Amino acid sequence: MVYVGALSALLDIEHQVLKDIIASEFAKKPKLIPLNEYALQLGIDYAKKNYACPLPIKVERRDLIGDLIVMEGNAATGLGAIYGGATVAAWYPITPSTSVVGGFEKYANKLRIDKETGAKKFAVVQAEDELAAIGMAIGANWNGARGFTATSGPGLSLMNEFLGLAYFAEIPVVLVDVQRGGPSTGMPTRTQQSDILMAAYASHGDTKHVLLFPCNPKECFEHTALAFDYADRYQTPVIVMTDLDLGMNEHLSPPLVWNDERQYDKGKVLSAAQLDTVAKWGRYLDVDGDGIPYRTIPGTHPSKGSFFTRGSSHDEFARYTEDSNDYVKSMDRLNVKWETIKNEIIEPEIYQQKNEHSIGIIFFGTTTYAALEAMDLLKEEGIETDALRITSFPFSASILEFIDAHETVFVIEQNRDAQMKKILTQELEVHPKKLVSVLNYDGMPITANYIHKTIEEKLKATISKPQLV
Amino acid sequence: MTYIKPKFHHPELPTNRLGYTKKEYEGVISTLCAGCGHDSISAAIVQSCFEMNIEPHKVAKMSGIGCSSKTPAYFLSNSHGFNSVHGRMPSVATGANLANCDLLYLGVSGDGDSASIGMGQLVHAIRRNLNITYIVMNNGCYGLTKGQDSATADAGSINKTGIANEFNAIDLCGLALELGATFVARSFSGDKSQLIPLIKAAMSHKGFALIDVVSPCVTFNNNTGSTKSYDYVREHMEAVGTFDYAPYEKKSQLIMTAK
Repeated sequence: MVYVGALSALLDIEHQVLKDIIASEFAKKPKLIPLNEYALQLGIDYAKKNYACPLPIKVERRDLIGDLIVMEGNAATGLGAIYGGATVAAWYPITPSTSVVGGFEKYANKLRIDKETGAKKFAVVQAEDELAAIGMAIGANWNGARGFTATSGPGLSLMNEFLGLAYFAEIPVVLVDVQRGGPSTGMPTRTQQSDILMAAYASHGDTKHVLLFPCNPKECFEHTALAFDYADRYQTPVIVMTDLDLGMNEHLSPPLVWNDERQYDKGKVLSAAQLDTVAKWGRYLDVDGDGIPYRTIPGTHPSKGSFFTRGSSHDEFARYTEDSNDYVKSMDRLNVKWETIKNEIIEPEIYQQKNEHSIGIIFFGTTTYAALEAMDLLKEEGIETDALRITSFPFSASILEFIDAHETVFVIEQNRDAQMKKILTQELEVHPKKLVSVLNYDGMPITANYIHKTIEEKLKATISKPQLV
Repeated sequence: MTYIKPKFHHPELPTNRLGYTKKEYEGVISTLCAGCGHDSISAAIVQSCFEMNIEPHKVAKMSGIGCSSKTPAYFLSNSHGFNSVHGRMPSVATGANLANCDLLYLGVSGDGDSASIGMGQLVHAIRRNLNITYIVMNNGCYGLTKGQDSATADAGSINKTGIANEFNAIDLCGLALELGATFVARSFSGDKSQLIPLIKAAMSHKGFALIDVVSPCVTFNNNTGSTKSYDYVREHMEAVGTFDYAPYEKKSQLIMTAK
């Protein structure tokens, strides 16, 4: 405390602030308050006597924080699952995703308890492995609940087979992937954005999955809650892609907001009364032309709406088939559904009114704040840029518009192999040379300086080799 | 080709207490080989559910992958079913149970699905005492992939290729007992007088109920020298008890508490 006192004199820190901190720190042991205040004063007096106080560097009160809060992404994700209506969480311990379910359980013990009986209205199962964890989440969703699992790198590898089943049999499920350094066991306590390719196309055969990319705790909360609506509406897996930096570190974030009027979107689920009015129901019949069929929950109706859910090829009435026409029809319908998702999914964040500069920057997730700072640094040197932050996959049309509107587009990501660039190139049929990668994969969060420096270097290089632009 | 049975039936077919005929507990026509033990087990399930007056839509049929796991299509057409991935039915059943504990969970698996690829999930389902009737249709071989030995094939048992199995069998009943399963039984698909009461008892049991049913594979493991052929099982079967099952009635409990 003597040291703190001396430092406060040197840096001209407001005295009352320190006194308030002492009072709150020792609130439970009030006898220690005057002693600590005395020690603080000793330090101040010593510094003032022996040094020229204050130093040229000073600490000044500023209000840049406003109403921002400090929170770990994983806690916000867990809370998002509660607000999103999840009642079943199945998981297997793995760093850095463990605290997602920890957060869910903590908040559920406050928010999801029957007020009269005190009974828990939720279930958390520590599964025997990640295969079982996602199996349980899928089983719960199949039976009408909202269930989810959370995992990291190796766990996502193990969940591939089940993700393919949920895609093909059209069962909603939410998965939170808190990415860490890969491949294999990799760097479990370091951060990366290196599961993107696998998550987007997880499982054998033609599969693709809905991804959401939150960039701060507020979005962890919102995207996770939204993921449950998307999973139910589109009857497919939805993967919330965070990372160790966002999940386990405390971040400044806008406050979490929830509209109490909001209703869960359970999608196309038929009740017993509705089943009675439907002339001919088929689990995989595309009645509305949007590629999304109507599903039924077990136990709904004594004689209508039952079917055999399967990962093997099936016709519109869920019957096993190896008929080529039936198979192609169902694969094509899944693509129609994919187009529906593309048209309805949350839009990317665009940081300018209109695209006016020749350089565009694309980033997502925890790269966001470093990228925005790097844009400021570039601007100070007279290099002005436009920016787009990807928030979801499949990509909405505005991403291609952004790319088309710029001569050069930098794609900033935290992996070695430019995974997001690969998906952009492939899905949007953009020329690979148009997208210039800025890659950081050392396991530490990407910095503004690194982005600034790399973009600057690459711009110089493109001047000498204009064909690369 | 679809395998839909005609809906019409004789007007005087007997009905159960719910007014359902046995036909209403049946499924589509089996695509398994003629004489497959699994079809007898399906028939025993139909008979058990009919006799137990179970509402078909209150049953959830869960299975993995394999010949055995195809069978939920062949019984209880009015129940939802879930043909999951290989060896992972217990986890899906666990999640389904957490979402709705009021359904009757009927799990169907095979020896490959339970004793090899799905061993991890089976033992943990037993450990958690998952509320499910778990029937293993045990033929000692992989029928869908042309008859390779499974982990329940007895050492020395000869399959259709004529080669004796070198490895000791995993005894699922012994395993379940060791893990503290609350209901463990072994039966034979060819003996419905024993199998039906066992299924009825298992379905009435709250908690994990395992029935390991030896169910000969007529195509790949019904030859001389196989310990899972119809002939071998009939010769060596010894019932440790004869069973019937009287469903639990509230009044019997009253008598017991009166004592």
